[in-house]
Amino acid sequence: MSGTPLRRIGALIRRYLYVLRSSWPRLAELVYWPAIQMLTWGFLQSYINAQASAAGVTGRLAVAAGALIGALLLWDSLFRAQLGFSLSFLEEMWSRNLANLLMSPLRPLEFIAALTAMSVIRLVVGIIPVTILAFWFFGFNLWGLGAALVAFFVNLVLTSWAIGLFVSGLVLRNGMGAEAIAWSILFFVMPFACVYYPVSTFPSWLQWVAWSLPPTYVFEGLRALLVAHVFRADLMVEALAINIILLLTGVIAFLKLLDSARRAGSLLQMGE
Amino acid sequence: MPIAQSAGEAPPVISARSLRKIFKRTVAVDSISFDIAARSTTALLGGNGAGKTTTIGMIMGLILPTSGSINVLGVDMARERYRVLARMNFESPYVDMPHRLTVRQNLSVFAGLYGVGEPVGRIAELSRNLALDEFLDRPAGNLSAGQKTRVALAKALINDPEVLLLDEPTASLDPDTADWVRSRLEDYRRRRQATILLASHNMSEVERLCDRVIMLKAGRIVDDGAPQDLIDKFGRDTLEEVFLDIARGRGAPS
Repeated sequence: MSGTPLRRIGALIRRYLYVLRSSWPRLAELVYWPAIQMLTWGFLQSYINAQASAAGVTGRLAVAAGALIGALLLWDSLFRAQLGFSLSFLEEMWSRNLANLLMSPLRPLEFIAALTAMSVIRLVVGIIPVTILAFWFFGFNLWGLGAALVAFFVNLVLTSWAIGLFVSGLVLRNGMGAEAIAWSILFFVMPFACVYYPVSTFPSWLQWVAWSLPPTYVFEGLRALLVAHVFRADLMVEALAINIILLLTGVIAFLKLLDSARRAGSLLQMGE
Repeated sequence: MPIAQSAGEAPPVISARSLRKIFKRTVAVDSISFDIAARSTTALLGGNGAGKTTTIGMIMGLILPTSGSINVLGVDMARERYRVLARMNFESPYVDMPHRLTVRQNLSVFAGLYGVGEPVGRIAELSRNLALDEFLDRPAGNLSAGQKTRVALAKALINDPEVLLLDEPTASLDPDTADWVRSRLEDYRRRRQATILLASHNMSEVERLCDRVIMLKAGRIVDDGAPQDLIDKFGRDTLEEVFLDIARGRGAPS
């Protein structure tokens, strides 16, 4: 009687869905922040466009402003997917349930699989209504990006998992003191990922840092698509290659940090 | 190092050899060896910091030993623990269940994790046996301490385990509820022919439930035997007096 990996993963996903279902503020929170951000930046973009038009300045300024909402939605997708992963993991810490899971037949890789699934579920719940709002208010159709959107999403979600794994491992090893990292780590990455400006803005030594981050490729790809109407598949492939390395590193780090927590004996004392 | 072993011909269900755990500079468990016979109920007894929880944590695989080995149901826990985890379970006051989930949802999730064949039927059975019906659809976080203990016990029995590890199973319960929980554990052991290892501070609980006691002090086994044998050996009337003798460094009269 040990069940199958899929059944164990399914059981854990069900556990997280029960939590989401049990609290409407949690569900609303998935949509609330992305919507607020999108509206704020969307109106800013509308204002810049209007000013550019009135001043007879069109072209690059207007296009750059036009890319704002797209970049914002993609950045928020990365952020939400990472939070979806990390918060699902933190649920176990908050409820002091981790030892129950680690003592059960659930294997660490199955645990990770459930967390990745929750990251996607939370992302979908949060971002779909916001893309509809973006179209309704500002006429920006994210889904109109077509196949490119899939490439962007895949790369961003993979990055979010790698970061989520690393953060969860740190919390495993260091306890709830490391919880703040889950909320803040992406804001450290943000300036270097060139979300709202091209990599060429950076001095050459900093461009190296930017190109080591997969999201940079996605945002460069987005600008290429919106400005030059060119889909840069090469950027997506390079991002995917870095993501695979990051994801493997994340899995190894998570397993090593779990091992380290077992050595330190901290798994039995974890909780709020 | 002599091996603390109970009588019986069947292979031990739990077997620890030279088990040692050092946290930084603190030796929590100091090279202990013991075997736990099938269908027995054994207590790890000792004061605070004696090494009980650490020993149980190592058997569960939640704490990695610094050295030594643990076998459960013939499987080396360091290398192949996933082969036997579905046949074990545990309850500990240091571990909780998701508060926002109802009792039924919690049990359903754990039934899935343990691969329970008929989860609905099993939950109904546990609900009957442990009197969970009245709060089965209430969030686990809204329950009283006694109700939470019953739910934790239901989780520990969800997979009908052959090996049950309990860390202070009646801690913080009133005497009536504690007595009720002990009765359920006795019933379970008898019906399932299960092997139970528990850590406890409660001497009357140990005298009632256990057919063997392993006394720990500062991470070492200082005595081992049936409760009545230990009482006789120390020339005392109760296990509590034996416990105090050991805790205060008074050995058995020669």
